This record gives sequence, C-alpha cells and structure tokens, in this order.
Amino acid sequence: MTQRFRLPEGGLIDRAKPLGFRFDGTRYQGYAGDSLASALLANGVHLVGRSFKYHRPRGIFSAGAEEPNALVQLGAGARSDANMRATQVDLVDGLTAASQNCWPSLGFDLGAINNQLSRFLPAGFYYKTFMWPAALWMRYEWVIRHAAGMGKVPDARDPDHYDKTYAHCDVLVAGAGPAGLAAALAASETGARVILAEQDGELGGALLGLDETIDGAPARDWVAAARAELEARESVTILTRTTVYGYFDHNFLGLLERVTDHLAEKPARLPRHRLWKLRAKQVVLATGAIERPLVFSDNDRPGIMLAGACQAYVNRYAVKPGSKAVVFTNNDGAYGAALDLAAAGIEIAAIVDLRPDPEGPATERAEAAGLPVLAGHAIIGTRGDQRVDQVRIARISADGASIVGGAGEGAAQTIDCDLVAVSGGWSPTVHLFSQSRGKIRFDAELGCFLPGDAAQATHLAGACNGAFGLASCLQTGFEAGAQAAKAAGLKPGKRRRKIQKAPEASDDGFLPARWTWLVPSDRPLGQGGKHFVDLQNDVTAADLKLALREGYRSVEHVKRYTTTGMGTDQGKTGNVNAIAIIAETQGRPIPEVGVTTFRPPYTAVTFGAFAGRDIEDLLDATRRTPIHAWHQRNGAVFEDVGQWKRPWYYPKASESMHDAVNREVKAVRSSLGVVDATTLGKIDIQGKDAAEFLNRMYTNAWSKLEVGKCRYGLMLGEDGMVMDDGVTARLGEHHYLMTTTTGNAAPVFGHLEEFLQTEWPELEVRLTSVTEQFATVSLAGPNARRLLAELTQDIELSANALPHMGLARGRVAGIPARVFRVSFTGEMSFEINVRASYGLALWQAVMTAGEKYDITPYGTEAMHVLRAEKGFIIVGQETDGSVTPLDLGMDWILSKNKDFIGKRSLTRPDMLKPDRKQLVGLLTEDPAEVLPEGAQLVETVLAKPPMVMVGHVSSSYHSPNLERSFALAMIKGGRGKMGQRVFAPLQGGKTLACTITGPVFLDPEGERLRG
Amino acid sequence: MLLIPCPYCGPRSEEEFSYGNEAHIPRPKQPDKLDDAEWAEYVFMRSNTKGVFLERWMHAQGCRRWFNVARDTVSYEILAVYEIGAPRPELELRRDV
Ligand SMILES: [Zn+2]
Repeated sequence: MTQRFRLPEGGLIDRAKPLGFRFDGTRYQGYAGDSLASALLANGVHLVGRSFKYHRPRGIFSAGAEEPNALVQLGAGARSDANMRATQVDLVDGLTAASQNCWPSLGFDLGAINNQLSRFLPAGFYYKTFMWPAALWMRYEWVIRHAAGMGKVPDARDPDHYDKTYAHCDVLVAGAGPAGLAAALAASETGARVILAEQDGELGGALLGLDETIDGAPARDWVAAARAELEARESVTILTRTTVYGYFDHNFLGLLERVTDHLAEKPARLPRHRLWKLRAKQVVLATGAIERPLVFSDNDRPGIMLAGACQAYVNRYAVKPGSKAVVFTNNDGAYGAALDLAAAGIEIAAIVDLRPDPEGPATERAEAAGLPVLAGHAIIGTRGDQRVDQVRIARISADGASIVGGAGEGAAQTIDCDLVAVSGGWSPTVHLFSQSRGKIRFDAELGCFLPGDAAQATHLAGACNGAFGLASCLQTGFEAGAQAAKAAGLKPGKRRRKIQKAPEASDDGFLPARWTWLVPSDRPLGQGGKHFVDLQNDVTAADLKLALREGYRSVEHVKRYTTTGMGTDQGKTGNVNAIAIIAETQGRPIPEVGVTTFRPPYTAVTFGAFAGRDIEDLLDATRRTPIHAWHQRNGAVFEDVGQWKRPWYYPKASESMHDAVNREVKAVRSSLGVVDATTLGKIDIQGKDAAEFLNRMYTNAWSKLEVGKCRYGLMLGEDGMVMDDGVTARLGEHHYLMTTTTGNAAPVFGHLEEFLQTEWPELEVRLTSVTEQFATVSLAGPNARRLLAELTQDIELSANALPHMGLARGRVAGIPARVFRVSFTGEMSFEINVRASYGLALWQAVMTAGEKYDITPYGTEAMHVLRAEKGFIIVGQETDGSVTPLDLGMDWILSKNKDFIGKRSLTRPDMLKPDRKQLVGLLTEDPAEVLPEGAQLVETVLAKPPMVMVGHVSSSYHSPNLERSFALAMIKGGRGKMGQRVFAPLQGGKTLACTITGPVFLDPEGERLRG
Repeated sequence: MLLIPCPYCGPRSEEEFSYGNEAHIPRPKQPDKLDDAEWAEYVFMRSNTKGVFLERWMHAQGCRRWFNVARDTVSYEILAVYEIGAPRPELELRRDV
C-alpha cells in the first residue's frame, strides 16, 4: 500500500524526495513536506489512537496545533516523545511513531470496555471515586492508573542538548499567515527590527491549505514574494518552526524554536530546541483562528475531520482524506472546502447545512458545481467501527432544538461515506492575547470570543481579531504592522516597494452562520450516542449537563469537574462549544458564563528547552578554595556548603568515616590540626562611621574594640532571630574585617548594604566582599604556637604579644600574612590569612613543617564535633530562623547601652515565654548510642504517636575526647530542666533515654584556648 | 517578567533585581519608645495594595543599589522610579483600579 490517497499532482510536497517511516511497526512512505498526519492519510491510515477515557477509536481530526486526537509516541528509547501531535510532526526519513492509550493493540484494545461501561464513568468520575469508601480504592486504582497519564516517558536520559537565547526587537509578529506577513512587511518597511515567528515550517499560514488568489495570482506566489522581500531586509529575522508559547508581563515573550526535529541527520553542533526569551517593544498578534467542530451524536469516529483540515490535506499535501464525503456545516466556509474536495476527485455525497436558507457566493458556487445541498438538515448519528462508514441525516426544527419527525429511524435518511468534513465556525486564537491579560469579549454575530482591550503594547491582525476574510487579513495586517512600528518610535518607511499596501483579495467564505451549539438527535442526549465536546478528554455534552444538574455553576468549576479543556490541547477545538452549551443549559447569555483562563504554554514546551545548558556542572557555580587540589590529592571526601566544596574528612587507606573523624578530632586536642577555612565569608568594612555601623548591626558593643583586636559578634534580623555570627577584627582606626558563616556570606553582605543604603545613608561606610581575595589556613591544638613560631620571624607569638582574640601582621613561611588568634575548636588556634594565590603554598609549608607534630588536616565533620564539645553554636544548625540569643543562653552578648537591629523584638512577650525552646546539652544513658540529628524529644513515652514533643536534637556526635556520644538540643524551658530525663522515640520502635545537661562538655573555663 | 527601569543603569529585566517590599517604612528612631503593637506594626505588617503600590527594589545583579518603584499591582505598570529617601511621587489617582 503506497500512498493510494496521494493526488497525482499539486501540493507543497516534493515527490522527488520519498521518505520511509513506520507507524505501529508498519512501514509506509511519504514525501518531503509531509506532516506525519498527511503521510498517514496518504496511505489511508485514519485510525491513529484511542481516546483517553473510553478508549474509542480516534482519527486525525485537524491539520494543526489544535489536534486533540492524533497524539503519538514519537521515536524510541532515549529519544522518545509522548503526546506529539501528528499534524505538527514534520515527516523525516526513518521516523518511527506509535499510537497511545491502547493495549494490546490499536485495533483491538481491551480498555475499550470502558466505552461499554461509560455509564459508570460519568462527569466527575475521579472526584466521586475519591469520595467512595477507602476500601474500594484497591478496585478502582487499576482503572484510574490506566485511564490517567498518556504516553510513555523515555527510558534513558535525553541525549540531545538544548539552548536558550535572549533577544530584543521593535516588533514581534506572531504568526506568518497573510495577516502576519503583511504586518511584518509594513513594520519592517520603516527599518524596525522585526522578528516574525511561525510555528509551521513554511510561511503562509492558512494560505498553505487554501486555493486562494491575491492580486489575481495564486496566493502562494504572494507568500513567496513576501518572504523574499522580508529576507532581503536586514532588520528582519524570520523564525520558522517557532511557537510563541507565552506572552508575559511588559511584552516579555517565550518562543520555542524546534531546530533539528525536522532533520533526519541532526548536526551535533545544533541544539534540538532553542528557547527564545524575547522582549519586544511592540507585539503584533496574527495568530489566526481555529475551526470548531459541531457537537453531534457520535461525532468522534475516525474519518470525521474539520472541513478546513480536509481542505489543507488536499491543497497543501495533495492527499485525499477520503473517497466519499459528507460535509456538515453551519456557515459558508465549508462550501469552499467542499469545492476543493470535489476538485480533488472526492465525491461529495451531500453538504448538510444547519441553516434553513443558505445563500451567498459560496453556496452559489457549490450549486453551480452540482454539489447536493441539504439545507436545514443535521447529521444526527454516525456509524463505523474504526472509520466512519455511514451518517444519518434528518431535517431539524426551526429552533434547531429537535429534529422534524421526532424519534425513530423513520425520520432519518442514511448516506454511506468514509469522510465527514465538519465546520462549526471559527474561534480566533486569542490565547496569547489572553495570556497578556488582555480582556476577551464574546461577539454574538461572529459567534466567537474576540480580543477586547489590550493590557500591553499589543496590536491585532487578521483572523485572531475576527477579520476572517483574506482581504481583511491583509488589510488589518498592513495596518497593525505600520501602527506597531510607529508605536515603537520608527518613522514611516521612505522606500516604496511593490509590496506595501494590501493587495486585492476576496473576503468570502464564513458568514452568515447559524449557531446551533448542540446538534439534536433522534435519541435523548447521552443515550445511544455520544455528543463529544472535548475529544481529547472524552467529555460529552451530557457530562456538562450532568455537572450543571449536580449544582456546578461557574465555568471554571464545570471545567475541572468534567475535565473539559484540560487535556494537552487545552480545549483548542472544544472550549467555545462547551461554554455555549453551558450557557444554553443555564439560560444565560454566553458573555455571562465567561471564558476559562488561557495559560501558557500555547503548545507544550520540552523541559529540556527550559533547562537549556543549565544542567549538571553548569546548573550552579562550584566554588573551590586555592587549596582544593591538595585536598583532592590527599583523599578528602567533600561536602557541599552552599556553592563551596569543603573537605568533610580525610580517610586514610581503609578508615571508615567514624574512624577518620575520631582521629582528626583527637589530633586537634592532643597535638595539632589544620583546617582550610578559606570559605568563611569576609567583608572588608572601612569608613569613619564603621564602628558605629557595627554597633547597630551586631548585638554587642564595638566602640571600645582596640585596633589589633578581634571580637565575636552576633547578628539578628529585625525580628530578633539569630541571623549570623562570626569574628570581626579591627585592622585600623576606620578599618574592620568581618567574617561570616560560609553559607551566609551573600545574605549578610546584602543585609549590611540594605541598612546602609536605605536607613543610614549618612553613615560613611564602604563594604567590599573579600571572601575570594584571601585564603585562610587555621592551625589548632596544643602545638599550634610551636609550629607557627617555626614559620615566622617577625610575629611575636607570646600570650602577651598575641593573646586570644588578638591579631598580628607579618610573614608566615615568607608570605605576607594576617594572623588572627581566634578559636572555633576550643584549642589554641591561629587563623592565617594570605592572598588567595599564596594559599596553597602556605598550606604546603605548614604541612611540611608540621610533620614532626603529626599535623593532621581535618574536615568540617571534625570541626563540628570540636565546636560542639565546647557548646559553640552553628547558625543554621542550632538555629532555624526562630531562635533568639536568649534561647541560646547568650544574654551576655546583648548590649544594654545601645540599640541594635532586632533588640526591640527581644522584649516582645512571645520572646520571654518560659516554654520557648532553649539550648541544652544531652547525654544518652547508653554512651554508645548516638542520637540522630533532628530526633524529636518527649518527656512521656506512649505506645505510639502522637506524643507531646518538647524539643529536638540539633547536633549529635560521638566524641573520642569524652569517649562517648553527646548532643546539643533545643528543649522547651530546657535551662530549667538540668538533670531531667527526656526520651527520643525513634523510627523502628527504639527509644533512647537521655539526660539534659549544660551545653558545654569540655574545658568550660577556656584554659586550653588561652594558654 | 517585568522590565524595571533602574534609575542608575536603565531598563533591565526583573531577574536582575531583588524585591524589598513596601517602601516608606522607615526604621523607628527610638524602638524602645514603642509599645509591642507599634513595634510589631513596623517589623511585620505590610499593606497588600490593589492598585498603585510604592515598593523597594534592589538591582542585585547590576549596580546593587536600592531604589523605590511605584507599580500598579493590577496592571503591573511601573509608573515611577525614584531614589531612596525621595518623597512619594505625585501620581494621578487611577479610576480603573
Ligand atoms: Zn542598576
């Protein structure tokens, strides 16, 4: 079977380029220029899928983005995409596609039993199911799991790459049909920077599927000339296969360009898709219109298609979508389709027109061509299992609500056919306009929603604004393009080319229409046939009416309850019919019912495009210290602290983490450890008001800190909660160096900037982040001073010359350095700051000289154990944004003599409640048990939760120095509960009993660090 | 995504900025003179305006300067930008919000 339904000539396909492809395993052939849908139709394949809920056979329904039925799984393995509209898939050689929603096969589908059970699957099925007794869930789960979800996700990671780009233009034109082309021509005439985006691979829009004339010549000639003219203009960018999927605030738009999907050979240098983030001064929407189906009984069989789509298959793709057609319409438009189908050799068995007296140029041409017209008639039923093979037709009453002759077969005549071409009028594609927050209004004469007032710099052209005729499209396109360029500040063009004003064309072919939203049948609605409103989600007119009977009134609620318009097509073909049927049932005018919200994206956008290159290593910056390479060479295991990579611990040969951390902790207390502290945030603060500024930002006083001394500071938010802590050194009269916790460097810097700029601009203070300018090597342990003394000649290290919290300048290992005697471990400790570029050299010198002390590099885990033994907090571990200094027992650091950020909040009644969680120490009764961090604590253990929780474990370790486990915890009223027992009930039923202690476990007098 | 005219750099995309909520809420000069309710008003309470809202932005990925913006929270139109400390701009009262 090779392209039996291909016309011998015509169309925009290239018969010299045959392409092979497979659908559901069967080989077919098409031509370059085909869509997957047109190639399938050329081979007589109509049945392409099963519907979502009832698994009814479904065929190709449209020829564009609105396709509700022909969703296929494209490709295989890692390069597989679900829910691809066959109507928009460019045929490429070797393409493979498979139908969805069917098992075991498209022709024989077990899920189709849902169709027989459909009276058990009414509107609101899911909601009702979830309200049934839980015990029934096991039974319905299978049904729901199989009904929900469409297609399959790829089974491996995406091998393609994606890209993003930013662009700016004077005028974006969305859509390159006649209106869009005219707008782009008029706008670029002025020299405006124009981007013309078209979702199709070809320019021309509806003209590709119509046999129209412009200026007396084929419309395609005009399209070609327009394209040539636009391509010749340097300020114009034409983007094909590019969908404007979103229209956001301030004329920011998202475009998806499909770069290689249509190529059989995909060059590795090209991204598969490219996401355009576009800021346009002015936007022209020329997005066209989407044909509506008619809602009649069993209107969903394969072979029932939109009339305009049939026309496009004949004219653009040279494919006969059938051999014998019945055309069903409520307007003039379908007559043009009927004439084109007839010219292609398709027998027109009848034009069934809902209007009692159709008249006008279109009908006259049809009659002149001898096409039989059944005016005032309707299709009231269809037949055919996997393809329509017969329709039943009856005369309808004057009000359109019933058929003449009443119920029973007698009133109807039957016509055999294999194609039904349907036209229920046109819905302007107002999606982007609505996304831009433009108002939508209903036009009763045109029977559609139209753009109203624009919310942004938006212009409208062509059918999306209700200008359905070709002449009107061209006219409004030229006008909108010129207006947009002018509004973007460009002068009218001086060039006078031959394409600069609207050419001659006809406006025939749509009105008048008769709006029969629900086509009557000879059977009661919902019995013996289904009037589908939403083909993709299998929502019928009966479902809508049921929802209304059950009390739903708002269109948004009816939508969610019935799921109408909630498929991947977002109801592009079905929504207006649904709204009209709701209005009719409620006896309200359509504008009062309103329209559901249009949300981006217009059509699906791959996640890959949103991610672009921002994946894996490029997802976020990785920060490494200048000493990183040494850590790596020496087997460090790293942990992420913000963007930084920090050594976590340094396991030797066969050591476990536990062993390594124990060794590192012991080394610091017994001899000498060294840690890379480069990642601590460092902020250089200068200016004559620097001390005053610190006074306001920190809780403690800074005025009396001498030059050459350091002080620990605590920073609060204005709500009184601990925000950060760190040591700040006074380097000079008006010069300080503040350190912050590693993860908080940027927020603290921002916090300081904010107050300087917004509250105290009169303070003369300048801030500079110097985190990356310095490397910090910190020595800790009883031998720290001995080692440092060997490395420096010009720094006096005695307890008098450089006491705890002192600082000195000089050379260490020959490198200019600042040495801060500060301690986070409780041991005598020296933090050596050198220029970052000397960091590795200093580290290596320290390691070499330190060998005799068995110097031990330690990681963040050992550092945490060491500080916890001393009861030093870590902001973000003991604190979580709800902890005050009072909760931590740090009253000593709160100045009484000055104001500071957050001070007033500390006397709010909530802050003084005795049952606030307070920092305490915790010892398990079994010293071998290490509490899990985050464990909840209770005073009374019950057999099972819930239990009254009185606190949680914030830090917990094994200490080789204490030779047991220990923990810090936040416990309600904890400081008043010393010696009391609490319990940590753990997952799995185990409960650890603990005793509340003070938070300092080692050297409470601080002898070790002073020395 | 908004296009915000930074008074120091010119129009830039919203993603370069960080948001600082309502403008013209100066820090009280003497917090200890305020009662709990007054202090809570300053720390926690912000208006949720429908219409013209005076708010603070910071050009975080640019000049890192704070400034004030008058923005219509319905249309998202930016009606004015002005320096921190400058008086409230005189804006026509809009009837459509
Ligand atoms: Zn700026």
